[in-house]
Amino acid sequence: MNWGAVWAIARKDAMVALRTRAVVLPLIIVPLVLMVGVPVLVGLISGMATHIDAPSSDMTELTNALPPDFGEQYAGLTEVQAGYIYFILYLFAPMYLVLPLMASSVVAADSFAGEKERKTLEALVYTPTTDRELLLAKILGGWIPGSLVGLVGFIVYAIVADIMTLYVAGRIVLPNPLWLLLAFWVGPAAAALGLGVTVIASSRVNTFQEAYQIGSLIVLPIVLLVVGQAAGAFILSNWLVALMGLVLWIINAIIFAIATATFRRTALMARL
Amino acid sequence: MDATSTAVIITEELTRSFGAHIAVNNLTLRIEAGEVFGFLGHNGAGKTTTVRLLNGVLAPTSGSVRVFGLDPTTAGHRIRARTGVLTETPALDSRLTARATLLHFAEVYGVPARDRRRRVDELLATFELQKRADSKVGGFSKGMRQRLALARTLIHDPDIIFLDEPTSGLDPVAIRDVHQMIEWLTHRGRTVFLCTHNLAEAERLCDRVAVLAQGRVLAIGTTRELGSRLNRGHRISVEVDASDIARAVKLFAATPPVSLAEAVTDRAAVRNGSASIVLHGVSRPDIPQIIQTATEQGIKLYRVQPEEPSLEDVYFALQEL
Ligand SMILES: Nc1ncnc2c1ncn2[C@@H]1O[C@H](COP(=O)(O)OP(=O)(O)OP(=O)(O)O)[C@@H](O)[C@H]1O
Ligand SMILES: [Mg+2]
Repeated sequence: MNWGAVWAIARKDAMVALRTRAVVLPLIIVPLVLMVGVPVLVGLISGMATHIDAPSSDMTELTNALPPDFGEQYAGLTEVQAGYIYFILYLFAPMYLVLPLMASSVVAADSFAGEKERKTLEALVYTPTTDRELLLAKILGGWIPGSLVGLVGFIVYAIVADIMTLYVAGRIVLPNPLWLLLAFWVGPAAAALGLGVTVIASSRVNTFQEAYQIGSLIVLPIVLLVVGQAAGAFILSNWLVALMGLVLWIINAIIFAIATATFRRTALMARL
Repeated sequence: MDATSTAVIITEELTRSFGAHIAVNNLTLRIEAGEVFGFLGHNGAGKTTTVRLLNGVLAPTSGSVRVFGLDPTTAGHRIRARTGVLTETPALDSRLTARATLLHFAEVYGVPARDRRRRVDELLATFELQKRADSKVGGFSKGMRQRLALARTLIHDPDIIFLDEPTSGLDPVAIRDVHQMIEWLTHRGRTVFLCTHNLAEAERLCDRVAVLAQGRVLAIGTTRELGSRLNRGHRISVEVDASDIARAVKLFAATPPVSLAEAVTDRAAVRNGSASIVLHGVSRPDIPQIIQTATEQGIKLYRVQPEEPSLEDVYFALQEL
């Protein structure tokens, strides 16, 4: 394996993408809105609610769909306070996956479809790389920034969420095992999935925008998770999150096994 | 393929089709190390397709290829480590600077880390890009892009250099620079595979040329061999005083070996009170005879010039052979 070339191509892809406005804008705006805007807004509303109607009711009235040990852990909080912590720890959790998914998908759209658009593909296929090395380089070039954006998003979220729960309920709640699993196990898998889908989309379309739009459709299953949990169909637990990660990694393994088996630069050039 | 051969590129009945269209048709070539080989053909003749086939970035439909004794379909990466390809379009990322572009490709092509900066500086100097080394390629002129693409092609000091129409669309100064570059490469013993549709360029730079039409080789040989075969049946343009035009046409038409003398519109000549005639079937060695005939008949001659044979002339001549 020619790691020198693989690393050089992956690094250049990631760095150049992160200097391109069409790529950077969504990478800044989405995390800001999602990981800062939403928890702060919901926190401010919850905070006002707590401060207005004082400690009135207790948690027993909160939906019995709550995770079993949640009640013990946060005993003594008002319904609004516990509700906010529930929102921060559980309800919002699936939304977090939008971040790595979207980030890797944007960078991949830039590096695959963008390559076609800018007509730089030809220089790449003439490099002394094998097909497998070229594919790996392009995958890493999207996956590394995607995962990094996910991790940075997690850190920002943890800080913002802690400040807000401190304000609303006088407690610090993050990081907890569920979110660590989410950030370090499921997040990178989501990044890889976003990448895989966008790469497949990129081979069918010709511009960055088209690839990015198709790649974004992968966010839909997340919406299902969010709605499902909010409707009480299930509740995320450490086990469920670990399992979710495992399923994603298996799907990724299948996608990339197929990609490696079928990716040929000669086929790319025949279509050029 | 014999073991003692110094051939670096050998193809046998190499064919590539796209659907029903045959882009490269039964190509059999043998190119020696250190040769400057011209691949001459019009748009769509199959030049770019051949370069792709030789570098293993496109698969042949049939036939065989060996480059450095390796098969591009299985050992393409090993071949590409020793070839440099200047593609038809420069394929540069406009968001990188010239220096960053070269450093990046130096790394991809495995130039050792300690040599990279020096190598890149050398190439920037050779191609007169130092002043703009740290500007984004997006703002470069066509000539600068081409020079940068050439520098990238040479970054790993390849043994075979493929140049796909390196001068097309460049101004005369840039063309001269590229030609000097090619000469410099050949002095250093590199093998050059030059695709062009410019006959003069091929004659000037190449040891041997293959003339290609619709994927087929029409002729292959040294420029000298082909030159003498091709210089038959060329044209000379003559400028005479406007008042002499009718007489001159009649006179030249009757002067062997002229096959046809035709008056042509030439605005520049008209402005000078003269007229142009094109003589067919004659070439350089016939010029003294033409001048003498005209002078004897009192025709005022202002200009006699052999016309550069065009690729059409070559095709025409080859089809007659
Ligand atoms: N990927 C492809 N798919 C379909 N047809 C192709 C493809 N590549 C080349 N061709 C066809 O094959 C023929 C040869 O093309 P090629 O690009 O090799 O010609 P060329 O000599 O390089 O021409 P030019 O001077 O225009 O660069 C053309 O008719 C072209 O349309
Ligand atoms: Mg071409």
